[in-house]
Amino acid sequence: MQAILFYLTAVVAILSAFFVMKCRNPINSALNLVTTFLCLAVFYVMLESPFMAAVQIMVYAGAIMVLIIFVIMLLNLGLTVKTRYTHGLAAGGILSVMVLFVANYFTRAGEATGTGGSVTSELIASYGHTELIGRAMFVDFLLPFEIASILLLVAIVGAVVLSKRKV
Amino acid sequence: MTDPLLSLALILAKLIAVFGVILTLAAYLVLAERKLLARMQLRYGPNRVGPFGMMQPLADVIKLLTKEDFVPATADKWLFLIAPGLSAVTALLTFAVVPFGPPLEIFGKTLPLVVIDLNVGVLYFLGLSSLAVYGMALGGWASNSKYSLLGSIRGLSQLISYELSMGLAIVPVVMMARSFSLTEIVMAQEKIPYLLLNPLAFPIFLISVLAESKRIPFDLPEAENELVGGFHTEYSGMRFGLFFVGEYINLIILGSMVTVFFLGGWHGPWLPGVVWFALKVLAICAFFIWVRGSMPRLRYDQLMHFGWKVLLPLSLLNVLVTGAVLLGMS
Amino acid sequence: MSASTEPPTNLIASSAQDIEGLLSLGLYALIATGLILILLLLARFLGQRTHSEAKDAPYESAVDPTGDARLREPVPFYLVAIFFIVFDVEAVFVVSWAVAYDLLGWAGFWQISFFIFILFLGLVYLWKMGGLEWGSQSARDQKRRIG
Repeated sequence: MQAILFYLTAVVAILSAFFVMKCRNPINSALNLVTTFLCLAVFYVMLESPFMAAVQIMVYAGAIMVLIIFVIMLLNLGLTVKTRYTHGLAAGGILSVMVLFVANYFTRAGEATGTGGSVTSELIASYGHTELIGRAMFVDFLLPFEIASILLLVAIVGAVVLSKRKV
Repeated sequence: MTDPLLSLALILAKLIAVFGVILTLAAYLVLAERKLLARMQLRYGPNRVGPFGMMQPLADVIKLLTKEDFVPATADKWLFLIAPGLSAVTALLTFAVVPFGPPLEIFGKTLPLVVIDLNVGVLYFLGLSSLAVYGMALGGWASNSKYSLLGSIRGLSQLISYELSMGLAIVPVVMMARSFSLTEIVMAQEKIPYLLLNPLAFPIFLISVLAESKRIPFDLPEAENELVGGFHTEYSGMRFGLFFVGEYINLIILGSMVTVFFLGGWHGPWLPGVVWFALKVLAICAFFIWVRGSMPRLRYDQLMHFGWKVLLPLSLLNVLVTGAVLLGMS
Repeated sequence: MSASTEPPTNLIASSAQDIEGLLSLGLYALIATGLILILLLLARFLGQRTHSEAKDAPYESAVDPTGDARLREPVPFYLVAIFFIVFDVEAVFVVSWAVAYDLLGWAGFWQISFFIFILFLGLVYLWKMGGLEWGSQSARDQKRRIG
């Protein structure tokens, strides 16, 4: 049951990712990207991290894609942009499939197969995974977390400065 | 699961009941709004179809279905055709996590009166509400008309701006209930609703919800007297109807969210839980209609200023104050 | 631990209650989509359809449409989208603190306060710089100069 669901979602994810590149209309590409994000969210749910799934939808499908759609709506890229890149698309596709095989080989051969990290299903069941994430973020990874706030501040400043210069 | 068939039948019965109630309620909310508004403006409102105009929604549906389904020649056809469906489906799906009554004992089984009690229900709601912008944005863009595009761009910025304060206003509720599950949030309000425990989060949430529902005073995406119909200017027939019904379904859902997060859900004396829940939701809807009857529309800069300069800082502050108080008490 | 070559086998729905919930969510989504699809299809087949040149043109208040409808938006809309991403990420961090606030205690509280304070500074900055100003470009510049 789980396996069927996994493969179904995986097929949808791969197909929609393919159409992100293949679609001639940028807005269709953007919509396919949303579908890919939704499939990723399903994977997160299957990996017992519904919090990550919700964040995936809220931040990627809800915020970042909105910006991309804004940009597409404005710049009016038209349909002909893609045609020039057909050869590059094929070469890039072959290259990425090869990289995928290599990565797959190393994950299967290496140590990574056996180890699962300290967080197990039992731990998640007893604490709740959102609590685990909160604890990891505020105890183990405190400094990166606070640096993230500075990074976001820089993003705000950057956006304001760029928009001032542009007009 | 002693008897899978029985449970399946119960689930199906529950789902059919849910759909029946939501769709009927949405249709009659339209009538109620027209009637109430008419009374506020010293008119009668629809009163020709059936007694007191009660058959008006049925007549509207038949009329919308048999109208021409028009697609402008310059429109992006497929996006134009599916956009209303997108907005209606996202609105309907949100209701899946709303608990509308205490668990029911029936045929020796407990039937929870909620489609699914997700342990991340709050996040499910926030995620779907962030997807809800797509129907409107794509509908407006695909129409290839200036009014539509302006409406959808305005709407997009408005919705994302108020989503922030809406999400942050729920955070104190999550902290007080110590859960993301909507059922548990309702359970935690058995004695005192969060409206009284956190009086600042309630108005923030209510105003954000009003903005999310794109209604007066926040109806800039479809401002009739400047943008004709806003993002649905080019739509006709049932597709316009789906945008319209989606809006009212959304109204019911946002009303239920206010009820669940702040008004104690199904809790109340004397009457059964489901009745209390329905009464509270209807009261919120009536409040929204009342607001529409008595408020003017905001200017766009006022709208954005209010969202970013008032609601956002207030909701952040509220999260911190709630955290400090809760930590201080424990 | 199962081998990572297998698809994930962790059961999210372990008890009967959960399976019933997931089943009803699936059915719910199915019925919702089906219902809306039926309505969309019905709308396509019922009702007459006619075409004429004037009717096919986009509606511009009975005036002949001029120019392309793919406008270039003013900059503030971009800015709002960017600020939304930033504050959405902040909200996610705040939520991840809120679910574990009692485990983290006062230390966690001061950490999140620092985090919120930094981003509050960001909000104040873009407020002062006129990043939240609307209206025509010249009006925005004027406000910026005064502020």
